[in-house]
Amino acid sequence: MTETSKTEPVQADPRTPEQIRRSRNKVLGLSLAAFVVLVFLISIAKMG
Amino acid sequence: MYGPGTMTTTSPSSTAATALPADWRDLIALTKPRVISLVIFTGLCGLLAAPGAIHPVLGFTAILCIAMGAGGAAALNQWWEADLDAGMKRTANRPLPQGRLDRTTARDFAGVLCAVSVFLMGFAVGWLPAAILAVSIFYYSVVYTIWLKPRTPQNIVIGGGAGAFPPLIGWVAVTGHVTLMPVLLFAIIFFWTPPHFWALALFVKSDYAKVGIPMMPVVAGEKSTRRQILAYAVLLLPLTAAPWWIGGTGAFYGISALVLSGLFLLLSIRVGLRERTGPEDRMKPEKQLFAYSILYLFVLFAALVADRFIML
Repeated sequence: MTETSKTEPVQADPRTPEQIRRSRNKVLGLSLAAFVVLVFLISIAKMG
Repeated sequence: MYGPGTMTTTSPSSTAATALPADWRDLIALTKPRVISLVIFTGLCGLLAAPGAIHPVLGFTAILCIAMGAGGAAALNQWWEADLDAGMKRTANRPLPQGRLDRTTARDFAGVLCAVSVFLMGFAVGWLPAAILAVSIFYYSVVYTIWLKPRTPQNIVIGGGAGAFPPLIGWVAVTGHVTLMPVLLFAIIFFWTPPHFWALALFVKSDYAKVGIPMMPVVAGEKSTRRQILAYAVLLLPLTAAPWWIGGTGAFYGISALVLSGLFLLLSIRVGLRERTGPEDRMKPEKQLFAYSILYLFVLFAALVADRFIML
């Protein structure tokens, strides 16, 4: 395969690497917190 | 044979290292959220239609695990097929072909999603649904993506099984065992997948041909594909009504299934008995069948759940 399709050009991300990393870490932190809460709720549900 | 780094392309993913860190939106895009919405819906329907009850937290966890497993398998698929995706117009803007995400991050993210989904399902809901979830992930990412897709035009027939697992898992999460009803739900999606996908493949044939994927219209030709779409649509009619005939559902579902599948068959007849008129053919019947096939599955499974609550 030597040819690629012509596609719409994707605009460059205007954010700095630090902003992207901070945004990703926030989402990761929230996901982990939600996971801890879920495991706690599962434990309660299984005891009931 | 293709796979990570085995093909030469001019895609950004293989020509330059990713300068920016991975954005969480690109990680979400790796999981194919639109496909997952159908997976979540059919899994939820399997869970709600099953006889018995499940604690809401455990039910939510079961659906979350199905979604995470499907997302992980989809991410593994994109990791493996990044070079192929770069060559197809429909997929060239995905994060990996665009170089917005590096392959290692994609692979690790997919692996974590798959592992967490299976272990959380086992811990919270049960090890039988967890085992079926693990099989579905293996089926999609290895049997379909790596093994069948590049080798046989029947790839989508056998690989369609991967998408058929969610209602089975949802059902087993409630009942704890496999019976004929969830197997029928599995079979409905299994036999729905080929006409759904081949309708799409008929109007994006050139893309698949360009990257060497042996999709049915590319290998067997349009005429054979159209006949096979029709054959599967004929099969779907009695199959979707079977849950009613075995007494697993009431008349509401049964009549809905017959009407919906009858319309599916009519649209398939239009596709099955026509031929492309030329390069100017806009393939309207094929596009209509593809669009209807998505609506069909949503409404069919919604009718299954509605019927369960009518029967209560």
